[in-house]
Amino acid sequence: MQQGPEENTVLMDVPWPDEPPVLGPGQTFGSMTDTIADAVLTRPIGLGWLVGLAIGMGLVAILMAAVTYLFLIGVGIWGINVPVGWGFAIINFVWWIGIGHAGTLISAILLLLKQSWRNSINRFAEAMTLFAVACAGMFPLLHMGRPWLAYWMFPYPSSMGVWPQFRSPLVWDVFAVSTYATISAVFWYVGLVPDFATMREKASHPLTKKVYGMLGLGWRGSARHWKRYEALYILLAGIATPLVLSVHTVVSFDFAISIVPGWHTTIFPPYFVAGAIYSGFAMVLVLAIPIRHFYHLESMITMRHLQNAAKIMLATGLIVAYGYFFEAFMAFYSGSTYERFMMQNRWFGPYAVFYWTLILFNLVIPQVLWVPKIRANTRWLFLISLVILVGMWLERFIIIVTSLSRDFLPSSWGHYVATRWDYAVFFGTIGFFTAAIFIFIRIMPAISIFEMRTLLPEAEVKAK
Amino acid sequence: MKKESPNKSEAVCPSKLELVQIQDKLARAKSGPQYWRCLEELAQTDGFYEMLHREFPRQASVWPEGASRRDFMKLMSASLALAGLTACVKQPLEPIVPYVRQPEEIVLGKPLFFASAMPFGAYATPVLVESHEGRPTKVDGNPEHPAGLGGSDVFAQASILDMYDPDRSQIITYLGEMNTWSGFSTTLKGALNSQKAVKGSGLRILSHTVGSPTMASLMDQVQAAYPQSKWVQYEPLNRDNVRAGAKLAFGQYVETRYNLEKADIILTLDGDFLSSGFPGFLYYARSFAARRNPDLKEKMARFYAIESTPTNTAGKADHRLPVRASEVEQLARAIAAGVGAGGGAAAKPEHQKFVAALVKDLQAHRGAAVVIPGDNQPPAVHALAHAMNQALGATGNTVIYTDPVEAKPQEQTAALKELVGEINSGKVDLLLIMGANPVYDAPADFDFLAAMDKVPLRVQHSLYRDETSEHVHWHINGTHYLEEWGDARAFDGTYSIVQPLIAPLYNGKSEYEFIVSLIGSPETAGYDIVRKYWQGKMPGGDFDAQWRKALNDGFVANTALAAKSVSAKGANIPASNNGGNGEAMEVIFRRDPMIYDGSRANNGWLQETPKPITNLCWDNAVLISPNTANKQGLATGDIIEIEVNGRKQKGPIWPQPGHPDNSITVFLGYGRTKAGRVGNDVGFDFYQIRTSDAAWMTTAKISKVGSGYGFAHPQGFQYIDHSDLPKGTEPLSNRHIIRKATLQDFIKNPNFAHEGIESPGPEMTLYTNYQYTELKWGMTIDMNSCIGCKTCIVACQAENNIPVVGKEQTMRGRQMQWLRVDVYYEGGTENPSVYYQPVPCQQCENAPCEVVCPVGATVHSTEGLNDMVYNRCVGTRYCSNNCPYKVRRFNFLLFQDFETPQFKMMRNPEVSVRSRGVMEKCTYCVQRITAGRITAEKENRKVRDGEVITACQQACPAGAIVFGDLNDPNSRVAKLKAQQRNYNLLEDLNTRPRTSYMAVVQNPNPDLEQSEPS
Repeated sequence: MQQGPEENTVLMDVPWPDEPPVLGPGQTFGSMTDTIADAVLTRPIGLGWLVGLAIGMGLVAILMAAVTYLFLIGVGIWGINVPVGWGFAIINFVWWIGIGHAGTLISAILLLLKQSWRNSINRFAEAMTLFAVACAGMFPLLHMGRPWLAYWMFPYPSSMGVWPQFRSPLVWDVFAVSTYATISAVFWYVGLVPDFATMREKASHPLTKKVYGMLGLGWRGSARHWKRYEALYILLAGIATPLVLSVHTVVSFDFAISIVPGWHTTIFPPYFVAGAIYSGFAMVLVLAIPIRHFYHLESMITMRHLQNAAKIMLATGLIVAYGYFFEAFMAFYSGSTYERFMMQNRWFGPYAVFYWTLILFNLVIPQVLWVPKIRANTRWLFLISLVILVGMWLERFIIIVTSLSRDFLPSSWGHYVATRWDYAVFFGTIGFFTAAIFIFIRIMPAISIFEMRTLLPEAEVKAK
Repeated sequence: MKKESPNKSEAVCPSKLELVQIQDKLARAKSGPQYWRCLEELAQTDGFYEMLHREFPRQASVWPEGASRRDFMKLMSASLALAGLTACVKQPLEPIVPYVRQPEEIVLGKPLFFASAMPFGAYATPVLVESHEGRPTKVDGNPEHPAGLGGSDVFAQASILDMYDPDRSQIITYLGEMNTWSGFSTTLKGALNSQKAVKGSGLRILSHTVGSPTMASLMDQVQAAYPQSKWVQYEPLNRDNVRAGAKLAFGQYVETRYNLEKADIILTLDGDFLSSGFPGFLYYARSFAARRNPDLKEKMARFYAIESTPTNTAGKADHRLPVRASEVEQLARAIAAGVGAGGGAAAKPEHQKFVAALVKDLQAHRGAAVVIPGDNQPPAVHALAHAMNQALGATGNTVIYTDPVEAKPQEQTAALKELVGEINSGKVDLLLIMGANPVYDAPADFDFLAAMDKVPLRVQHSLYRDETSEHVHWHINGTHYLEEWGDARAFDGTYSIVQPLIAPLYNGKSEYEFIVSLIGSPETAGYDIVRKYWQGKMPGGDFDAQWRKALNDGFVANTALAAKSVSAKGANIPASNNGGNGEAMEVIFRRDPMIYDGSRANNGWLQETPKPITNLCWDNAVLISPNTANKQGLATGDIIEIEVNGRKQKGPIWPQPGHPDNSITVFLGYGRTKAGRVGNDVGFDFYQIRTSDAAWMTTAKISKVGSGYGFAHPQGFQYIDHSDLPKGTEPLSNRHIIRKATLQDFIKNPNFAHEGIESPGPEMTLYTNYQYTELKWGMTIDMNSCIGCKTCIVACQAENNIPVVGKEQTMRGRQMQWLRVDVYYEGGTENPSVYYQPVPCQQCENAPCEVVCPVGATVHSTEGLNDMVYNRCVGTRYCSNNCPYKVRRFNFLLFQDFETPQFKMMRNPEVSVRSRGVMEKCTYCVQRITAGRITAEKENRKVRDGEVITACQQACPAGAIVFGDLNDPNSRVAKLKAQQRNYNLLEDLNTRPRTSYMAVVQNPNPDLEQSEPS
């Protein structure tokens, strides 16, 4: 137990005997700062980065074209119809919002729980949240028939005296998502302030210095700064924590409040939150594994992080599995003919292949994470994370499309087929997300420098 | 660098006038008065036509020839993009000036109603036309007309769109070039002068069937002026079989009329009397529904149908027997033998039980039974039906014979054949075609086009520039019945005066004016022609008063044809040679239920209305029985080639439950090439394999030549039991969508519709129940009366300015009709029971749509309507997702045409025209409710029962829809809701709909019940 930290620090971070450490050996304050800051300041722009950015931006261009056409012509360019009034747009919205959740969980909840291993991944996880929420936030706007009137969803003092209809979960969504986006952005920025100051000191180019200086808000690292900073940060974490649970709960209300068989279920809130964290951690791994590889951050994002993430995925995956099971169980236990049919239709109906793929991707394949060897293999982890991301997307597809396509009156049953514009917008947001991440890792410290420094034994001295 | 052209000034100023050129023109214009507007016109310079085109776009070609529907949609999309830009353009000032002299009776904002009649074939459909400030906007049935009783059919409802159709022919042409009426009359005068010399032996007139008495008198005058001339009437869906059948039975032409209100037993032999277009349909629908009311208990009529292709008529039958068309005659003979009307042949073994029970039933109801043959059955079947009706004592009771309604009955196919022969032998010098399109629809074996091209002078008068117009010298643009004076007779013989509701939109000439130019002044007005004919013929004294009364009422009172005593000869009716052969694949030709013979192909409303039974739209699928399809290895959307005596045509397959085996049905009227932007290149033209000797049925070879044809089929799923779903799936019957019983069970247990069905009470809600203290609107739809004819859909579309979306969008599930008629099958695919369920918005009291709208765009009114606030809608579509009835319709794209000026005139000014991105749905015709409420308030009284009627209710020929105030216990709707047959759709959801349904009660023959699927 020699290598363990001293007792008044992060007690919960006592590793198992053969567990990898949170921090690689041989790090000092200086080396850590250099590793992280140099990735932004001195590292030349590589071909790989350019190609990655180009792919992202190419997809963004497609997104722009698709959105322009959408605004010109209308949502009819998508595959939606009556009965399936919601399609890719809402699927993507739920999916992206879910992905964002892992970031908030890591940065806020794990902070409150003093899980200091989170320190190396929280920064980009928060960035991921922010970009994912940005992607998600586009969809409610895009999917509207008359997007130019989107502001009617907000309770502003209209001269006509009309307000949003507060019984509608879509209005709750507006509050949930906008709060979430705001808190995430503030939390992220506040976390960045000390690091911006570090960057300001490290930067050599006067312009860079100036920009980081402005972003750093005159941070000098004084004890008073730190005192206030810590208070604010904990406070924000406290505000953000319920959001992890509430946002996806509210999103799940979009479905649970309705009477559509397959939507109208009380299990949705926990099931959606677990699913969100599930896919969020998958996305964290999909980002962390290449970043640590290409930027040589293996000593900061260690196997410990990846394994912890994998364990969380396993746990949330099981909660999701529980959700699937009880969805099916309740359909039959309820005695409702519509619910029963809905479940049978998922199993054997026209979209059955998606359902069973979802079960395979979200339920069966992730079970290999029980095997420690697989948890220790980055390639496997990366692949499984991708599988989970696809699986979670399919889950939303199944919930939205199969439920709507065959509801109460057989005469109104329909079929939904996505058009190229559906795909263009979806992949466009993936491009937006990718491009944003690529830009982020080049202009901001992708790992929190000051929080990483607290992981060093030297930091403890200071704390005394 | 190239220099600017020095001729620039010339380009701006139109070309110089060549005086020589003008003089030359003048010299050539020898005959008749030639007018010119300016010298440029006379010189026929390009500049002039350019100017004309810009100044009078009405006369310009509105659309470049050859633009396909797809191009049309593209341009629609482009115009949408431009529509966004118009917001930036300053609109020209448009002063709105009040009338200086207010025309009598016109109060702005108040519609006027005019009674008229729509000529349809030889028969008139009585109509009442709504007019807003001089623009007709809606056609409905005339409730006072004895043959109409207030209902209407799809053709009458859709005729308003025909009138405003921008694709209608708008100008007289000679060899495709613009010309004038005077130019035509001059030419005609010349041609007629030479005909006069030969007593008109080279003059032939080819027209549609003439039912108008004025036209008949003109025919006589033409005959008198040109004794050797011939007037041929031809319609592809003619009633030659009916005429020949009457001749066979009675030795003369007679009109057959059925008195269904007296009928206890109805038997049809392929007679589709409950579908739009059948003469007397409106009357039959109403009387049929009246006799099918289960409250009549034992007096409820029983209906047997023997038919060769599934129709909505036989969907109402208690016992339906699908047989190949060629086998109907054999069955008819067997039944005739059974009832003692000759005949003789025995029925096939598998039909014997049916025939025996039927015969027993018929004989038990002598004097109250009726046999109705179909127009497509050979004359022998008609003769047998006449004989049966006579033997059953139906004549004079349930069947009435009268003189023909047609003015000049003719064996039309034979007459056309003779005409073609005469043309080919060079006897015809002048051919006038009026209201007919023989190049498209004449029998294929006549090769009409090749013959017609031999006629030295060909003239066509028609509403559209159709396939025939391309091959005539002169094309005269006609007038729609809403633009002209005329007259016509209903199926019972009652005369109606057709009065114009608007001046001809394109300065067309009516048929009367066209024909008068043969014998009198070409400038005689239609009004004078018709009025002159009626002078002295109106019953009663004062002509002016009678004339005005006839115009006011929409018919000339007491002019129905009197019953005529005829006697059928029965026995020894020669068997017809209908090519029936047990082995070969039979092809039957049927009229399309919506676009009829193809003349209505350019009507988007009709094209988009799902056809009865199949619920397909925008296509004429080849119907085949699922059984035969399996045997032939054919699946939905496979394309087959049908070969009839060497003539081939392709068509896509639609396996249709209830279709007889070893037979295919093809529908006529599609595959047009010159119908207009809507109707061009839609579907397949089966006239190409229809010959004169086998106009209704023949045999063919079929072979698969392709697959993957996409159909527009707005109804998702038609089986109410789970025939199409995987085994073990939750049965759909648990949803209790259709509730039904046999008459016996209904009498024993009138509450059958509510037994074993969960029905939450009004206390099952978290909110306090709203008290509707004033008005409380509700609707009942009697599924026993509904005949699935879809008239309500077209009526709703016309009333509520509902756009047409086209086949592609329908295939994507984006049809916009607010009202749909679900057709459900139950039982196997061989002969399933069929149920029709019209589904408008259910106007739930606990509306699931209202709670989920984020902006409050759909809200509840104090009268219980679920109102849609279009202006407030942002288009999240959540309301539609949450609507269990899926009655909401979303403008996914800009479906509405905001550009075409004609459509602006056509729209109902009382109803908002919705744009892109907005949800819409049935409003219970809130504009009519408001109008009724305002009237009542002004008169300081309550709204009377029946004062507010919805468009669907008004249109329904069967009277299945009843609407009114539920707070008034004496209203019809309240009384119906109190009946035990009344039930709510999906009532276990506790949505508490205001629209409810009256359960189906069937009246099967107990002798047959065990073996037949009920």
